[in-house]
Amino acid sequence: MKRKMQILLNGIFKENPVLILVLGCCSALAISVTVLGSLGMGAALTFVLVGSNIVISALRKVIPDKVRIPCYIIVVATFVTLVQMVVEAYVPTLHKSLGIFLPLIVVNCIVLGRAEMFANKNTIGDALFDGIGMGIGYTMVLTAMAIVRELFGAGSLFGKQIIPEEYTVRILAQTPGGFFMFGLVMAILVWGLAKHGKKFEPKMGCDGDCGGCGSADNCSEKEAKNV
Amino acid sequence: MNSDMIVSVSPHYHKAGATTQRVMLDVIIALIPALIASCLIFGVRSLLLVAVSAANCVLLEWVWNKLMKKPDTVSDLSAVVTGMLLAFNVPATMPIWQLIVGDFIAIIIVKMLFGGLGCNFVNPALVGRVAMMLSFTSNMTNYGTAAAKVDVLSSATPLAAMGNLNFSHFMTLFLGRHGGVLGETCALALLIGGVYLCVRQVIKPTIPCIYIGSVLVFTFLFSGFNGTQAVLSVFSGGLMLGAIFMATDYVTSPLTFKGQLIYALGCGFLTTMIRLFANSAEGVSFAILLMNLLVPYINNGTKTKPLGGVNA
Repeated sequence: MKRKMQILLNGIFKENPVLILVLGCCSALAISVTVLGSLGMGAALTFVLVGSNIVISALRKVIPDKVRIPCYIIVVATFVTLVQMVVEAYVPTLHKSLGIFLPLIVVNCIVLGRAEMFANKNTIGDALFDGIGMGIGYTMVLTAMAIVRELFGAGSLFGKQIIPEEYTVRILAQTPGGFFMFGLVMAILVWGLAKHGKKFEPKMGCDGDCGGCGSADNCSEKEAKNV
Repeated sequence: MNSDMIVSVSPHYHKAGATTQRVMLDVIIALIPALIASCLIFGVRSLLLVAVSAANCVLLEWVWNKLMKKPDTVSDLSAVVTGMLLAFNVPATMPIWQLIVGDFIAIIIVKMLFGGLGCNFVNPALVGRVAMMLSFTSNMTNYGTAAAKVDVLSSATPLAAMGNLNFSHFMTLFLGRHGGVLGETCALALLIGGVYLCVRQVIKPTIPCIYIGSVLVFTFLFSGFNGTQAVLSVFSGGLMLGAIFMATDYVTSPLTFKGQLIYALGCGFLTTMIRLFANSAEGVSFAILLMNLLVPYINNGTKTKPLGGVNA
């Protein structure tokens, strides 16, 4: 159970998908304009991530290595289609505000990245907790950015006007403001991790173990890593 | 900044008494003519804006250093310069709280978060200006409606409406008796400041001269050989202010002569392109910011070869 907890917390802090692995930034920058949109997007992504992680982990012995990416895409697309239909049917306003970014979860780097880096090497239970952790990490970052951007950029929170429009700093609601907040939140997390003595060392897909790696055959760094 | 640790290319030259504080003081002195001019043109409120902005920048830097338990760097006066330059970039009608937001972005986000003076990769005052421009567009472009002591042209800025040039028009432009932001209108005052900086050897004339000259040439070439427009483009907008006080920032400009040449030409080219062809009347701040970002690459590409060194 301790290991499961560790996997969960990894997704939130030490391997936060957006801030440390720097995946899924496109949707993070675009969606974090409103708090409600962020929460909705976070929930949608978490559902897809958990679903695809479980299925891919369950099928990891069945899927042939050479065609694994198309297989992942089909699994992910299935879950995205589900989410899209549910959101469109029950929360049409959210569907409208998320726009193209909802179907784009199919090619979201976090989902594919976790499938390739984690789910296809680990048990179903571990993959489940990885999906939840990564999903929470993504949602937290988006919401944190959105609170500042919506409150000071548009003067509202959860769509309710709090600060009069003429006292807003509009750049925060625009794209440059997204990058500002992205950098700031990233700096705060790295600073916090450093304060707790955790070395900032992003762990990317390759752990140097070519024997257990599905892509070793096509890897240009196979020789270099396999010492 | 520790004055023993200046990185530059040879020949190493150290002027006696050239501390950061002294350099910044010289820049402040050089800004005073433009400050007086803006006071005469736009009224006393411009003085208030400059004072608030400078004081606010100093306060922000002091608070940040206190909170982060860093050594106090306020006495190097660089925050005062940033605050003054930022205030020079807003019109006299600017609400004060919006100027304070600009100060915050310049000092905290651009300067202190990256490690303070000497570590910022772009000019703090310019980012503050661009952020204010994008956030408070209508207030930032509300030129020339201040209670003025002299008649102010309440028309579009000369850059937006380039007409036929005659001598009185030219003098209006040269003395800055037209709408615009606080520090940019009076070319005469800015030039006095620039000459002072060159005499004091705070800046070399390379970057301002090439920058302004290239804008003249490029505007002439790209506006269909329109000499009037070329001359007007030099004396209008923020070109003088940008070329003399912002493009020459030590940290964000190249080290070698060759590098400075590329940098200043790039600034001039981009400024002209934005002014003539882009969806914006003024291009100085974007041009300098873009070239700021390229400075590390320019520095890398223009390393001087040591005397007697072998071709790498």
